[in-house]
Amino acid sequence: MIAIYTLWVREVKKYFRSKSRIIGSLGQPILFLVALGFGLGPTFKAAGQGDYIQFLVPGIISMSILFLAIFSGISVIWDRQFGFLKETLVAPVPRWQIMVGRTLGGATVAVLQGLIVFAISFLAGFRLANFATLPMAFVFMTFIALIFTALGTAIASVLEDMHGFQLIMNFLVMPIFFLSGALFPMTGLPKVLEIVVRFDPLAYGVDGLRGTLGGVSHFGLFADFWILSVVVVVFIGIGSYLFSKIRV
Amino acid sequence: MDNIIEINNLSKKFKELTAVDDISFNVKKGEIFAFLGPNGAGKTTTIKMLTTLTSPTSGTILINGYNPAKQQEEARASFGIVFQDPSLDDDLTAYENMDFHGMLYKVGSKDREERIERLLVFVELWDRRNDLVKHFSGGMKRRLEIARGFLHHPKILFLDEPTIGLDPQTRNHIWTYLKKMNKEESTTVFLTTHYMEEADKVSDRIAIIDHGKIVARGTSAELKEQTKTNSLEEAFLSLTGSEIREETVKNQAMSGRARAWRR
Repeated sequence: MIAIYTLWVREVKKYFRSKSRIIGSLGQPILFLVALGFGLGPTFKAAGQGDYIQFLVPGIISMSILFLAIFSGISVIWDRQFGFLKETLVAPVPRWQIMVGRTLGGATVAVLQGLIVFAISFLAGFRLANFATLPMAFVFMTFIALIFTALGTAIASVLEDMHGFQLIMNFLVMPIFFLSGALFPMTGLPKVLEIVVRFDPLAYGVDGLRGTLGGVSHFGLFADFWILSVVVVVFIGIGSYLFSKIRV
Repeated sequence: MDNIIEINNLSKKFKELTAVDDISFNVKKGEIFAFLGPNGAGKTTTIKMLTTLTSPTSGTILINGYNPAKQQEEARASFGIVFQDPSLDDDLTAYENMDFHGMLYKVGSKDREERIERLLVFVELWDRRNDLVKHFSGGMKRRLEIARGFLHHPKILFLDEPTIGLDPQTRNHIWTYLKKMNKEESTTVFLTTHYMEEADKVSDRIAIIDHGKIVARGTSAELKEQTKTNSLEEAFLSLTGSEIREETVKNQAMSGRARAWRR
């Protein structure tokens, strides 16, 4: 278990050490919040859907967690390139513990980032619907963070270098974000899109956050919770398996 | 048990290429053993098999009595390794690199603290312990890796070309550390190098590998006598020929990349 702790500490330490990374990754969510929130707000309201900021904030929190989590997972490739990966692969501990430690560390960092965005969203006019569900919102953030750090690790385990990175961003991460319902309501979608959305794990994360922070959920919090718990276990399982197969 | 490493009929085949072809040799407890060979001869592949990073196609290995293909954790706890390429975390300090290594290898916190101080003092990096490794020179990084390799009291330390690209002063220091640790803690040292005079100076026994086969074994004096030459370099050339070798390591990396794309 000390291996898990060691790798966790490493991720968290590195996060707090790179101030530029913390500030840099706040740029995008703030831009989305301001440009979309205030830009589309009036149209959203005119369509009778209520306050767009209220609707958007859970989506933007999910987005910032998604991106940071994927990046943390993918950092396995950097470790491979700069050699530190080998040091962990010859350590006398099971590989899955290394993977779980990294994933917990990456997820911790992603949740912290999500909390910062959450705090900032109050400046944009976001108001919490219910304080009692706040701990549950934290659980959903953790789920999103774990799922996508594990996914990033799984992908990085089968890639040799950063050449495939654009491919992953454009054909995986961006679709996961845009098809999650982070930006649009999930009611009244065209049938095909509705089906696609149901296969996007982030959709349940966004929905769970929307339910716990804003008080309105599409799939129901119970469904969100169970689907995400299963996905967490499956993704960490797949990630551990692929990580243990890494050859250097 | 007299031999700390026992290798019997060990082979490693990649698709078309036989990197290591039926080699057998032993390394005695407490000796400094040099494993020499031209580029692409099979040195790094052999070290990878010894250190659990890849499994043999056939043959057996015993590391400190453990089979690295099956008893991975026990085998891994028995050795330390300094890789050919750097393997430090540049975004951590020298001390943190040591500390995390100690934690991964389950060195108790009191022992860890004392040992890190002793080893960092030993490789003359104690004053720089709180600096990030990314600000270190190549020689400092190498010294830190050597200190780290010894941290968990390994029975064997593997070094894959530890002095490559370093100035003579640093190289000289590194061999001094290794000889001293070999004496004081009776750690067996298994090394590869292209600097024949260094191998000649530090090693008790030598094995030369070429085209995946062991072509000679013995002390430096025995190899010189066997080839009727005056230096280890001449003996090496007479055993392995003077033709320049293709770096098959690069070819492997290329095919690895191609594989990654096909997935």
